[in-house]
Amino acid sequence: MNTADAPAVAAPGDAAVRAAAQLVRDLPPTPALWCDGLRKRYGRRTAVDGVSLSVGCGEVVGLLGPNGAGKTTVIKMLLGLVRPDAGEVMVLGRPGADPSARARVGYLPELFRYQPWLTAAEVLRLHVRLAGADVPPDEQHGCLELVGLGARAADRVGGFSKGMQQRLGLAVALVARPELVVLDEPTSALDPLGRADVRDVVLSLRERGVAVVLNSHLIGEVERVCDRVVVLDRGRVAASGTLAELLGQREVRLHLTGVGPAAEARLAAAGPVEREGEWSTVALPADDDGTAVPCLVRDLVGLGVLVHAVEPARISLEERLLGILRAGSGDGRP
Amino acid sequence: MTARTVLTIAALTLREASRRRVLWALVALTAALLVLSGWGFARLASVETEFGAMTSGQARLVASQLLNLVMFGMSLIAALGTAFLAGPTLSGEVESGISLAMLARPVRRSTVLLGKWLGLVVFGSGFVVLAGLAQCLVVELTVGYWPPDIVGALVLLAGQTTVLLTLGLLLSTVVSPMASGVVAVGLFGATWIAGVVGGIGQALGNDDVARVGTVSRVLLPTDGLWRGAMHSLQDPSALAQFGVELEGFPFLSEAPLTLAYLAWTVVWVAMVWGLAALAFSRRDL
Repeated sequence: MNTADAPAVAAPGDAAVRAAAQLVRDLPPTPALWCDGLRKRYGRRTAVDGVSLSVGCGEVVGLLGPNGAGKTTVIKMLLGLVRPDAGEVMVLGRPGADPSARARVGYLPELFRYQPWLTAAEVLRLHVRLAGADVPPDEQHGCLELVGLGARAADRVGGFSKGMQQRLGLAVALVARPELVVLDEPTSALDPLGRADVRDVVLSLRERGVAVVLNSHLIGEVERVCDRVVVLDRGRVAASGTLAELLGQREVRLHLTGVGPAAEARLAAAGPVEREGEWSTVALPADDDGTAVPCLVRDLVGLGVLVHAVEPARISLEERLLGILRAGSGDGRP
Repeated sequence: MTARTVLTIAALTLREASRRRVLWALVALTAALLVLSGWGFARLASVETEFGAMTSGQARLVASQLLNLVMFGMSLIAALGTAFLAGPTLSGEVESGISLAMLARPVRRSTVLLGKWLGLVVFGSGFVVLAGLAQCLVVELTVGYWPPDIVGALVLLAGQTTVLLTLGLLLSTVVSPMASGVVAVGLFGATWIAGVVGGIGQALGNDDVARVGTVSRVLLPTDGLWRGAMHSLQDPSALAQFGVELEGFPFLSEAPLTLAYLAWTVVWVAMVWGLAALAFSRRDL
């Protein structure tokens, strides 16, 4: 519904209709991807056990977890490739069981191949047709150039290396102007340059308002591009949230001498302080805009304190992930 | 959208057959069969029996029998070709991961299956019709025999190919690509042999043995369709002349197909296709 039309539809003075229109306008935007209570068993083994998650438009969400945590199975259930035993999926506002929900979805599978007897350009043309999209050949070629395969458009895919196939897979995922892109281990076969390219692609997708689900073993990659992270362990969501929520507050460690009462008061004003000899650790506020540390150092120097060292400290996503997984196993699994 | 997807997949299947050299392998095999049979039929015209040279009537009769034999070879090539194409087309693509990206598109699996089936039917039937027609022309040029109902024969042979590739598709939704090809061709051969056994049973007047052929022809209609095609290819006077002596002979068909049997074949194909679609749409990739 075009919300701009709402006042024209409502008769002047019809307060109830106007209130209803306002209510609809105020509803939170439909997430690009949403699932609730997904379950999947293979024989006796439970692969996915009650996974719920949501990805907003223009949001980049990372899926993390050890091997066999159920990440790929969750992705396949979201895309209708695996039938869930229970649970509900909505893709771009439509039920996941309806194939047309995937009209604006791009997907790069983890283990895949494209028809080896087709050329790279033909693979893209095939996917544009299957998506029911109308993408001119120039734009299709642009996708190949974006992933560095512009010069190989007329070559058969059978002769491509694994890394080139992965680049082609990224082009396939992007070619039909998707609103949601699901990348399952998109950089597993890529060199460092290729990984940087993928990062740039993901960031440019986010800028264009495209939602991205990124499943990657490379935690650094996830940390750099993702707005939110969902950690899966043994088929369940072990933790989820924004990076700031998951990683907690930032800290700064300071090696100081000549600390007077005024300097101590200034330290305490910056945040909770822990002292250990000449070292002080200050927990910074979550809403720090990056000026707290330089201002603190400037003020301490002004108060006559000798500042020997300033070490920003932040728990890495990797440490946090390992912490979550070890806590989940309950027995201090190595 | 659905029709567009079906045609896209059908065209893709045909392109695969041509780019994977299946087409060229079939063309080479068929050309060899045509040249050899042309040579054989040319020699037939000049064969002398112990009673002297064959009359033109005898030559036509023998030619019509030989034509059935050669056409059986042709249908075997088509059966092997399509069964081994139909097998890898689904389970092979699932195993290799080709299906993952394709089926994540806004397409129904049954639509993709229909496209593949259509492509294979066009490919298999096209081959049978062209190769069969070429074979009949060779026979016409060498011994001057032209089958009484060439159109009917070719349609039934195309039907036989369709039946077998539909079975290949169903098998490929549940077993591995190689197994599905092997099982489809094995069943094809078993049904033919059961048909021959049934014919012998009929000749000997043993109803139980004769029933083997009837039952197998209902379970898998390839042999029934083949017998119908033979009937359209053979000289009508052959039956009148050899009817009693050659009862049970595997390359002589006694009666044309009934409408009921043709209807059953259509139902069989629809049923097996439906099962394949159901199995494919429920399969986890």
